[in-house]
Amino acid sequence: MAGFLVRRSLHGAVLVALAASLTYLLAASALRPRAHFEQRNPRPPAAVVDAELTALNLNDRTPLLRRYAVWAGGVLRGDFGRTLAGEPVAPELWRRALVSLRLLAVGTVLGAVLGVLAGAYAAARRHRPADRLITVGSFAVLSTPVFVLAVLLQLGAERINQITGVRIFEWAGEYTPGAAEGALGRLRHLVLPTLTVVLVQAAVFGRYQRHLMLDVLDADFVRTAMARGLTRRQALVRHGLRTALVPTATYFAYTFGFVLLGAMFTEKIFGWHGMGEWLIDSVHRGDVNAVAAVALLAAVLVLLAGAAADIAHAILDPRVRAGR
Amino acid sequence: MTVLRVADLRVTFRDATVPAVRGMDLAVDRGEVHAVVGESGCGKTTTALALLGLLPPGTEVAGSVRLHGKELVGRSDAELARVRGRDIAMVFADPSSALTPVRTVGDQIAETIRIHQGASRAAARARAVRLLDLVGIPDPARRARAYPHELSGGMRQRVMIAMAVANDPAVIVADEPTAALDGTVRAQVLQVLRAAGEATGAAIVLITHDLGVAAEIADRVTVMYAGRPVESGPVEEVYARPRMPYTIGLLQAVPRLDGRPPFGPAVPGPRRPVLVPIDGVPPQRPGPGCSFSPRCPISGPRCAEEEPGPRPVPGADGHTVACLQDVADPAAVYPPPDPGPEPAVDRVERPVVLEVSGLVRHHVRRGAGPLRRRRDTVRAVDGVDFTVRRGETLALVGESGCGKTTTLLEILRLRAPQAGRITVLGHDTAALDRATRRALRRDVQAVFQDPLASLDPLMRVAEIVAEPLLAHGHRRRDVGGPVRELLAMVGLPAELAWRHPGALSGGQRQRVAIARALALRPRLLLLDEPVSALDVSVQAGICNLLTRLQDRLGLTCLLVTHDLAVARHVADRIAVMYLGRIVELGDVRGVCRDPAHPYTRALLSAVPVPDPARARRRPRAVLPGDPPDPAAPPPGCRFRPRCPRYRTLEAGRARRCEEEEPRSTEVAPGRYAACHYPETTSP
Ligand SMILES: Nc1ncnc2c1ncn2[C@@H]1O[C@H](COP(=O)(O)OP(=O)(O)O)[C@@H](O)[C@H]1O
Ligand code: SF4
Ligand code: SF4
Ligand SMILES: [Mg+2]
Repeated sequence: MAGFLVRRSLHGAVLVALAASLTYLLAASALRPRAHFEQRNPRPPAAVVDAELTALNLNDRTPLLRRYAVWAGGVLRGDFGRTLAGEPVAPELWRRALVSLRLLAVGTVLGAVLGVLAGAYAAARRHRPADRLITVGSFAVLSTPVFVLAVLLQLGAERINQITGVRIFEWAGEYTPGAAEGALGRLRHLVLPTLTVVLVQAAVFGRYQRHLMLDVLDADFVRTAMARGLTRRQALVRHGLRTALVPTATYFAYTFGFVLLGAMFTEKIFGWHGMGEWLIDSVHRGDVNAVAAVALLAAVLVLLAGAAADIAHAILDPRVRAGR
Repeated sequence: MTVLRVADLRVTFRDATVPAVRGMDLAVDRGEVHAVVGESGCGKTTTALALLGLLPPGTEVAGSVRLHGKELVGRSDAELARVRGRDIAMVFADPSSALTPVRTVGDQIAETIRIHQGASRAAARARAVRLLDLVGIPDPARRARAYPHELSGGMRQRVMIAMAVANDPAVIVADEPTAALDGTVRAQVLQVLRAAGEATGAAIVLITHDLGVAAEIADRVTVMYAGRPVESGPVEEVYARPRMPYTIGLLQAVPRLDGRPPFGPAVPGPRRPVLVPIDGVPPQRPGPGCSFSPRCPISGPRCAEEEPGPRPVPGADGHTVACLQDVADPAAVYPPPDPGPEPAVDRVERPVVLEVSGLVRHHVRRGAGPLRRRRDTVRAVDGVDFTVRRGETLALVGESGCGKTTTLLEILRLRAPQAGRITVLGHDTAALDRATRRALRRDVQAVFQDPLASLDPLMRVAEIVAEPLLAHGHRRRDVGGPVRELLAMVGLPAELAWRHPGALSGGQRQRVAIARALALRPRLLLLDEPVSALDVSVQAGICNLLTRLQDRLGLTCLLVTHDLAVARHVADRIAVMYLGRIVELGDVRGVCRDPAHPYTRALLSAVPVPDPARARRRPRAVLPGDPPDPAAPPPGCRFRPRCPRYRTLEAGRARRCEEEEPRSTEVAPGRYAACHYPETTSP
């Protein structure tokens, strides 16, 4: 087991290094930070721009591989370089990651749980009105782009606020700057984005769970459970759902790794300054170091998510445990 | 006292136009074993599920099922749930899928107890362990914590039985409880089932397609056809004096180890015994008359108009039959099959077609983890020798996992084996050049168990049979004649040539597969369980076809089968495999009559005898344990851990079994056995 872990970690480290390096090389050769500096008013002399770029290790007149070497050396020492504004990347990265986590954690978990329940219920009611309704609903959500969904929710919230005359919902930013609103205020800001995430997540997991559940509806072991004296519903929940949850839980563990990066639109629309927003803005500005840092974090997360999925699978499914 | 009475049960599945069960009657007494037999698709499983209210939602059930006089049809799921598992329990066919994979077996048995008795978790657990002990699971406390996949098939079926008897039910319904199990394990499980029934006084409804299994343990039997009971009565009476042509057909179609037909005179001399198949298949939508009339050899004009109901057989107590005619002599119903020409006996003079010596095939087994590390080596075939001469059939028999199919596939590859040597028609497969190998491929053809998997569903029968001809350079316009000839040779009507495999019955598909294998006039035919997936009535026809082809074409065959009775009917010689080795080899009649190796004897005694009187009289030698893991054969004789003879040996002689691996020696002319202390063959 220990040997297995060591090998697996080495394997992972190599993959992360490769992925991060490739992203850096791609970003450093494709993005144009020079434009950002040149566009200032008054236009600075070329020598000044060059000096500023060199100081940030972003000068496209320095050979790519030399810039890469400087960057990689820094990363190995825990230094992710500086943003175009000259701030260190690392603290900003962590700050942004926490914002994303606050925005998405609740919605992701809640959405998955609701999705599982809805999917399982729909499967048990196969081809009946409840199933049709859930199916139509989830397809409607899945086929609506997230930003449209978010805007629709905002419109709805606006109406409710108007009707009640109280600002129940807030949707600009994480909190209202300057106002002393406390925990409740933050919560109010959280409702709409969370709802967006819940809807999307529930639709995805609902589809997935319905499909898995259909496989066990007619399974022999569900019939055996009924033959023992369980009603159909009890047998489906205690034996069918329990078995059909294994792949869902594994999938959930896997997708949770992407949560921090997966919500660019939600962040943009609701004005949360999270990772997704940062990535888009950085690409836009040509901020190579920030982009590379996000990519590195993403690679690590993907890897951890893979491990988490394997662990979840092993915990839930004795058949896998035996194979190790 | 009748505990379960089924009357005029009718079941129609949702979206089905024809009912699957059309008026089933059944009366089961306390403590009785009542077998329900019939071909697949005749409604046995549907009946069983209907008894417990386990049919899928939307299924229409009419008629009456009374348990202790209380009506069960029409009750709600919640009401039935209180009866299920307490008063009426069920054992399902396939133990590999019938247990929840992610819960321990102890947990699942305990759940059965807790649902109905409200026992505490600990008390239910303790009782589960006692139940596992009752059904003969060694180390029950540990096994209770095992997950289903950690147990063998036989163990899982014991778990199912433990679960069924957990609440002392009045009736246990067992649907093909042994169909998925190996011979020796099947015998164990049948014994456990009967013992469990006797211990609890439960009546057992035993659903099976296997007339041998029914004869072994049933008191009464009901024969089903097309969703109806067609004959019912005490098992001795029905098997000895069947009145319904369908029952008679089934009994004559079962292969028997002694090779004797169930009624009428035995086939004389050294001929291979012939079986009597029932032509045709069960009707998709039964017409107005007797549903068996399209297949019935004595069908009269009245039979096509009137559906006979069950009527008592005069003079036989409790024997009912649904037939419009009175059959006095069962042997006279079906025309006797053509026994074929007398087989030639001069084995030694004929040339060797296939020679296998010291054949080895090991598989590396890997872990399931992402790195798939090597775990161990499965010694699937571990030193096998035999020869097959022209015009003869050698059967390779043994329990699953003993290496039969691997041996066959190694031969079919026509390549150098890992060790040992394979010589086909005089060519060593290790030394073949491309052209010779290609030529040899024409001469060696194979037929596999599942015809549907080996036939392209998009091709028509004629195209399937023509394919090998075209691939070997025949021109398209020349193959019409040979294809027609081949279809006729395997007994397929010419009008089937334009059908797709999906539109054929199982037996017809297997005939197509055989016709395709014969297209290139092979000299060696390898058959892997060719009849295992078929009903007995159809199996008999394929067995007869194979023997006839051997006689007509002088074909040499290697037949892999787990069914010794099939081997008895199709093969000339038999090789018994155990853990990758051949333990006994010899003439099939002799081996079946006086086996020399203790394992052969155990296998033979595990074959169910479709003759109730003899089945009960014969000594029962049930082999203990499961077939062992071929990754770790025990030292000394591989069979020792299960060998009944070893246990009777005195210490000095027994040591030889522990230390020295027995080599195959000729114990009688033409008979080889790998045992230090073979049973004396003929004196
Ligand atoms: N769930 C189902 N839906 C529709 N038809 C079914 C279903 N199960 C079985 N049948 C049909 O009912 C008939 C009887 O099947 P079954 O009871 O399984 O027979 P047996 O157990 O004797 O082999 C067959 O024609 C089969 O195709
Ligand atoms: S009723 Fe007629 S067709 Fe049916 S089994 Fe009897 S003789 Fe044959
Ligand atoms: S050699 Fe010994 S253990 Fe092996 S089969 Fe013969 S008697 Fe049994
Ligand atoms: Mg069945």
